[in-house]
Amino acid sequence: MFSFEKRPQPSKFWIVFTPILAVILTLIAGAILFSTLGKPPLESLKIIFWDPLFHPNYAAYSRPQLLVKAGPLILIAIGLSFGFKAGVWNIGAEGQYIIGAVIGGGVALAFYPYESIIVFPIAVLFGAIGGFLWAMIPVVLKIYFKTNEILVSLMLVYVAESVLISVSQGLLRNPDGMGFPGSRNLNQYTSSANNELIAGTGFHWGVIFALLSVIFAYFIFQKHTLGYQVKLTGEAPKAAKFAGVNPNLIVFFCLGISGTLAGLAGIFEVTGQAGQITSSFNSGYGFTAIIVAFLGRLHPVGILLAALLMALTYIGGELAQFQLQLPAASIQLFQGMLLFFLLAADILVNYKVSRKII
Amino acid sequence: MTKKLLELAGISKSYPEVIANSDISFNINTGEIHALLGENGAGKSTLVKTIYGLVKPDTGKMLLNSKQYMPGSPSEARKAGIAMVFQHFSLFEALSVAENISLGMESPPNQSKLAKNIRSVSKSYGLPLEPSKTVGSLSAGERQRVEIIRCLLQEPKLLIMDEPTSVLTPQEVQILFKTLLKLKSEGTSILYISHKLEEIRTLCDTATILRLGKKVETCIPKKTSAAELAEMMVGSSIQIPQQKKRQTGKILLSVENICSKSDNPFGTSLSDLTFDLNACEILGVGGVAGNGQDELLSILSGELMAKSGQIKLGDQIITGDKPSARRDYCVLSAPEERLGHSAAPNMTLIENTLMTASQSQQLISNGIIDWERTKAFTEKVVKKFDVRTPSVENVARSLSGGNLQKFVIGREIQQKPKVFIVNQPTWGVDASAAASIRQALLTLADYGAAILIISQDLDELLEISDRFAALNEGKLSEVRRTRDLTMDQIGLMMGGKKKLELSDV
Repeated sequence: MFSFEKRPQPSKFWIVFTPILAVILTLIAGAILFSTLGKPPLESLKIIFWDPLFHPNYAAYSRPQLLVKAGPLILIAIGLSFGFKAGVWNIGAEGQYIIGAVIGGGVALAFYPYESIIVFPIAVLFGAIGGFLWAMIPVVLKIYFKTNEILVSLMLVYVAESVLISVSQGLLRNPDGMGFPGSRNLNQYTSSANNELIAGTGFHWGVIFALLSVIFAYFIFQKHTLGYQVKLTGEAPKAAKFAGVNPNLIVFFCLGISGTLAGLAGIFEVTGQAGQITSSFNSGYGFTAIIVAFLGRLHPVGILLAALLMALTYIGGELAQFQLQLPAASIQLFQGMLLFFLLAADILVNYKVSRKII
Repeated sequence: MTKKLLELAGISKSYPEVIANSDISFNINTGEIHALLGENGAGKSTLVKTIYGLVKPDTGKMLLNSKQYMPGSPSEARKAGIAMVFQHFSLFEALSVAENISLGMESPPNQSKLAKNIRSVSKSYGLPLEPSKTVGSLSAGERQRVEIIRCLLQEPKLLIMDEPTSVLTPQEVQILFKTLLKLKSEGTSILYISHKLEEIRTLCDTATILRLGKKVETCIPKKTSAAELAEMMVGSSIQIPQQKKRQTGKILLSVENICSKSDNPFGTSLSDLTFDLNACEILGVGGVAGNGQDELLSILSGELMAKSGQIKLGDQIITGDKPSARRDYCVLSAPEERLGHSAAPNMTLIENTLMTASQSQQLISNGIIDWERTKAFTEKVVKKFDVRTPSVENVARSLSGGNLQKFVIGREIQQKPKVFIVNQPTWGVDASAAASIRQALLTLADYGAAILIISQDLDELLEISDRFAALNEGKLSEVRRTRDLTMDQIGLMMGGKKKLELSDV
């Protein structure tokens, strides 16, 4: 019989090693999954993890995609990490991300066809505001009516999706689009286009903001009293109250930051990679970012690496679908396994396995 | 001629980092009250859990009535005639007494028969208890009776009691002792766990003393002095805190007609609290747990806002001030719950220092934390208050109870509070740490601070407080000079008796 015994101190070794262990276990389980689907397991893993970066034919296209996809994931996950550290569970980043895109994109479209360099910054600003305001709904409800932010923020995702469908077919529909749903292409409207800043790298404004958000989060958690208060609230809410932390302020701050960053991710996506506001531009980044935040241990640098890894599974997954006809669901399953193994391996940080019978 | 009921031979149990029991052997005779004495962490609970079937020893054996006995579970132990009353009750507040009792029985009779049984047992052992009452409405003493009666209904041969008096008033203690003596006279053996020496000397026939997992001695407590017992328990003689003669100073903190509503649904609301706290004085507030102690601390620390009434620091009204504002005025506090309230378990000592010391030590400027200074202050606290930890980078929960308590109290005292409020300063702390904490509090009063100590340990309050009051259902008794009080009067104050009745005593 194995049993778990609580460690007196969290293990420093396992804090770093559990994500690595989780990735290894996912690779093993993924190989088993792919082979039961009748696909060559090692070949599948190679296509997912190796080919996007180094395959002579695909790498040229795939490599820049890495940053394109990691950018929004980093932005959203960094925002979520604030709340998750404080025990404020924003599950609705997807909604904030969508509304950021809709508001920011809508503002940009209002300028069309006027050309000016101020259009893009204004669109970005309104994208941030849109995400922020959408996140304020659960904040207000939580502070004044003590509602549960998990449920409210999650349900607001479905509201946001309905809004998205509505505007892409009505308010923001491209008048020259021959009745097809979807807005004008913001990426082809020069003033609002979020193009690569260095050709062939995928490095766009969203990536710059993502890196800034990593530095910002790192600074707040290492040096600033707000980061300390966030952590204290998550670790011991009663102690935080005793220390004089205002819990409402923490809720506001955490959801405000994650809403803003998710909104930014939305506007960068819709003016860049996606181009159009359509009912399916969002690709679920707001949910995937939850995995990224935990995979990165809620640490800014960890999130940066986790987002790159997750982006790789996206791109590699597409390649595998294309080359081996792997079903799309199996790739999602593969990503889900990563979170599953991470959470399972997490126990090793605070517990050690012993063989003794109690 | 005494007959051996339970024989323990060479019981050992070790956990990965600690040896809880090492080669412990002693006997419990039929019809005796046997004390198990030791400090926190001496191995008492592990040993008792072994007897009750919750822990399997690594080596050693037990004989019950000369027959091999090794229970695999508590229900086997109960079948063999062993019952246990835990220190922390396992009762459902929303259920009635009878329902609670039937839940703990192997084969409960129907409710009306059970109620009859409960009444007859409670009558014959002098433990008044109404079976139809909801447990939520009972006092701690009454809840303990529920647990005791639950055990007695099984007619045990051995009753184990874990620190039973820690939640009782002196009067309730007397009732309990009578019950235990009656049980003894009927031939039931009792294993009585405690660290209160006087209790053991009056009640128990034999005492086995444990220290650091080993048996030190089995002796007859009535023939051993309290000092000798204490020395066996601790392993060295304890420095008893020195009470210096102090001149009480002017009023520092005055509390006038404070009423509050607890934010915890099972909490107690404070009603009409009025008292003064003087410089150079220790005011002790006694009372049975759950009578508003946590709320009293919260209202003074600023975590809980008063509904009405006033708190004044000198001439300044601080009723509406938040915890951090009160810290600016050097009104500091240390709540009872170490892990989760006065300290965050998973954060380092350095981070825990920042929690309350950031203002007085100027550890934060423009929102930026000065970790170097915080570390330096933490190290000062650790050194000055002899907190044993490998490093200040260790997380709070890795410290033993006593060391963590020295840390949280030291963290506040090192900031030189003008007013210091502390709840249960030595709860669950070993004797030497407790003595050093009490000494630190006395020294702080010598320097002119006003100190309010809320405690359930009467001996502690009698030892170090200048004046005494008791909390009962959120009301505060009259405040009286400690040295003029008798145990009887204290008991009445804790039971909520008014002034008139007090003067009759």
